[in-house]
Amino acid sequence: MICSEFLVHLDDLLDGTVDAALRIELEAHMAGCEHCTITVKTTRKTIEVYRSNVIYDLPDGLRERLQAAILAKCKKC
Amino acid sequence: MPSIQSSNAAGGTEEVHPDVALVNLAKEGDVHAFEKLVKQYDRQVFRIAQHITQNREDAEDVMQDAFLKAYEKLHQFQGNSKFYTWLVRIAVNESLMRLRKRRTGRMVSIDEDVETEEGSMPRELQDWGPDPEMQYGQSELADILRKTVNGLPPGFRVVFVLRDVEGLSTEETAEALGLSVPAVKSRLLRARLQLRERLNRYFKKKNGDAAK
Repeated sequence: MICSEFLVHLDDLLDGTVDAALRIELEAHMAGCEHCTITVKTTRKTIEVYRSNVIYDLPDGLRERLQAAILAKCKKC
Repeated sequence: MPSIQSSNAAGGTEEVHPDVALVNLAKEGDVHAFEKLVKQYDRQVFRIAQHITQNREDAEDVMQDAFLKAYEKLHQFQGNSKFYTWLVRIAVNESLMRLRKRRTGRMVSIDEDVETEEGSMPRELQDWGPDPEMQYGQSELADILRKTVNGLPPGFRVVFVLRDVEGLSTEETAEALGLSVPAVKSRLLRARLQLRERLNRYFKKKNGDAAK
């Protein structure tokens, strides 16, 4: 397996959706390829950091105001 | 959210998402049931709208318009998909309409700027260490993450946000965006690799610096 073939399966590997046989092949490639190992680790971290940090917060006061506005309009429907 | 069981015509049971009962009540005019759906999904709709419009006021308007449109069109919701996926589709369309208005009528779609080679093959080799985000304070980190994800082409950004940030499945993301599953998979891979490449300048280990 070469790196471009490995990359085709990167998302499935990160999402845990590769079957056992393919996983063995991918892990064998990673064992001999620092480039792809780092790509997997840092891409996984990229996803984790976006999942664990709220970058667009909705403050409680604004949230309550928007909820009230939505429901007031719904009641007029 | 736990699901509940219901009997089907064949005498077996199938899992019914709890939103279905709320949607059915709301269809009959129960605003209190719809209020529960609003409180369940308002933060997600707001985030998605802000990711697409990149403007807080627009996101506030989109959030209101999306829920109001969902309420008005509830009778069209057939339950073939999750209510949340259906709602996200409305929010995405409202966000794109809002962008179009701001850009004085110029056509805006999630197909813009996806023809790029960036990120198709990783270039940077530096490792990051286990907790690279610890180098930054919360506010600085949020700025970095916002700036970085906003630099993605819109068609990649929205796929990444729905799939990886908001947790929709690949199939739900495809349904919400009106894209094929292969198109979502292709964009997701490119989005993840481009973000990784762009975050590299902030997160890579510095010379002589073990990950903090």
